[in-house]
Amino acid sequence: MEKIRGRVWRFGHDVDTDVIIPARYLNTSDPKELAKHCMEDARPDFAKKVRPGDIIVAGKNFGCGSSREHAPIAIKAAGVACVVAESFARIFYRNAFNTGLLILESPEAAREIEEGHEVEIDPEAGIIKDLTTGKTYKCQPIPPFMRELLKDGGLIPHIKKKYQQMRLEEEAS
Amino acid sequence: MKRAMTLAEKILATKAGLTSVEPGQLIDVPVDLALANDITAPITIKIFREAGIPKVWDREKIVLVMDHFTPNKDIASAEQVRLCREFAKEQGLIHYYEGGNCGIEHVLLPEEGLVVPGDIVVGADSHTCTYGALGAFATGVGSTDLAATWITGRTWFRVPETIKFVYRGKLRPWVTGKDLILYTIGDIGVDGALYKAMEFSGEVIRRLSMAERFTMANMAIEAGGKVGLIEPDKKTLNFVRRHSQRPPLVLKADRKAQYLEVREYDCSKIEPQVAFPHLPSNTKPISEVGHIDIDQVVIGSCTNGRIEDLALAAKILKGRKVNPNVRAIIIPGSPRVYREALRKKYIEVFLEAGAIVSPPTCGPCLGGHMGILAKGERAVSTTNRNFVGRMGHPESEVYLASPAVAAASAVLGRIASPEELGL
Repeated sequence: MEKIRGRVWRFGHDVDTDVIIPARYLNTSDPKELAKHCMEDARPDFAKKVRPGDIIVAGKNFGCGSSREHAPIAIKAAGVACVVAESFARIFYRNAFNTGLLILESPEAAREIEEGHEVEIDPEAGIIKDLTTGKTYKCQPIPPFMRELLKDGGLIPHIKKKYQQMRLEEEAS
Repeated sequence: MKRAMTLAEKILATKAGLTSVEPGQLIDVPVDLALANDITAPITIKIFREAGIPKVWDREKIVLVMDHFTPNKDIASAEQVRLCREFAKEQGLIHYYEGGNCGIEHVLLPEEGLVVPGDIVVGADSHTCTYGALGAFATGVGSTDLAATWITGRTWFRVPETIKFVYRGKLRPWVTGKDLILYTIGDIGVDGALYKAMEFSGEVIRRLSMAERFTMANMAIEAGGKVGLIEPDKKTLNFVRRHSQRPPLVLKADRKAQYLEVREYDCSKIEPQVAFPHLPSNTKPISEVGHIDIDQVVIGSCTNGRIEDLALAAKILKGRKVNPNVRAIIIPGSPRVYREALRKKYIEVFLEAGAIVSPPTCGPCLGGHMGILAKGERAVSTTNRNFVGRMGHPESEVYLASPAVAAASAVLGRIASPEELGL
């Protein structure tokens, strides 16, 4: 995985899926349309001002609420390269990996890195560096099963690989 | 020696074909039912098609419920539903609900007998945890996870730690399952059970109706929980026998099971609860609410849209009038609930009181349609979330409460307890 470098947008605790993408826009699943309204109810100017490669830093329980996969899709389509948080809500956690949005748990980084800071992330090594302050943070390693999913290119390619194996085994027997 | 297990562990071990499982273990389990709605199914269908698999794993185990924006609120949502309808037809899905047979998914599925104790249910809807009230391991997933299940009939889980909640004592007047779960979320916070299984137990839970148990399990996700489980008992089995032909798999927690934590509540001290904006954990007892004028009341949803909920509202609204400053919207959760409310004359009571009776829909709960709030408006709602902008304008406010508090508030035009009406 490549290194990421971008500006930080800060949010608080319990950023819920209704804030990430309000339900009034869920009459479509088009990533470009969803991206236009990303974080709208928390920061109306976010979608307009966010630049590709920017980073969201937030508190605990990021992505709580609905199971809508539109949430990580909207964040990714808005151009955000990574979300760093103290913790993630569990459905959002799975959805992020499944849709290829990089998320990292690092309580210390999430508490200390400030709005507008320039940050560099090495996902492979699990290192977050605040270039504005020069401080380096270690994040929770990505669990082995999740790494395997990322290696296969997401859950569906992973399943397809397994499905094809199943079919071959069935045909062989 | 076999490890003593919690209810969540017991179901997962049994279904995975293992002697025992422990928290943290990754397991692969067969799925009994896979659910999606009109918002999440379109993405699932797209992913399924992209995977290039011709047929779903089992056309009898996939359920599609077009409940969120029903009756379709605009052209875009009508297009989403058309996509689902065509997919259901193409795949020969048996359980497709739209129009006259459609109810709110988590009210509908238990009624239709589609879930029984011991089932593994995944749903692309976070309130899938509702079926924990039947002793089913049921949890919300995203559309991609669901598409994977449509292909393989299986899913993976990390076995969660379990927190046990024990409810003791005698309930005060007008305190319901809704108040107990709001109180619990207020106690542990919106991430208090993050990644964990919640097990609800104690004599108070045994005495709750199935409707109230569904309400409690439904809101486990509001504390971050993966599942909210209640051990099946006689009441559960009577309910299942009335609604389903399928045999239940009745499992119980072992007496020596290891819990991450056990929390005990003396229910005689719990008042009706109100969750203030903008988190379900922001709870206050009704006596500390103060004077808060309201513009709207919503009684319904997958949390409180069952016949018992409407009965409670009818009891309070009978012979009274909705305050002229309030729009009271009552939403029977399913066609069956609607018909029963008609038979029991609740609908007449609601209309006489000046309430609006809506067809079954998720509608206003998620700010979809059928009761959206303007800037600065306040609603008392029996739904499950009060996040910023949840029911409409980002500067509107939602207060979560039981059907009893909601109905009393509708009459008085401010957040109120039924006791203030002399009840």
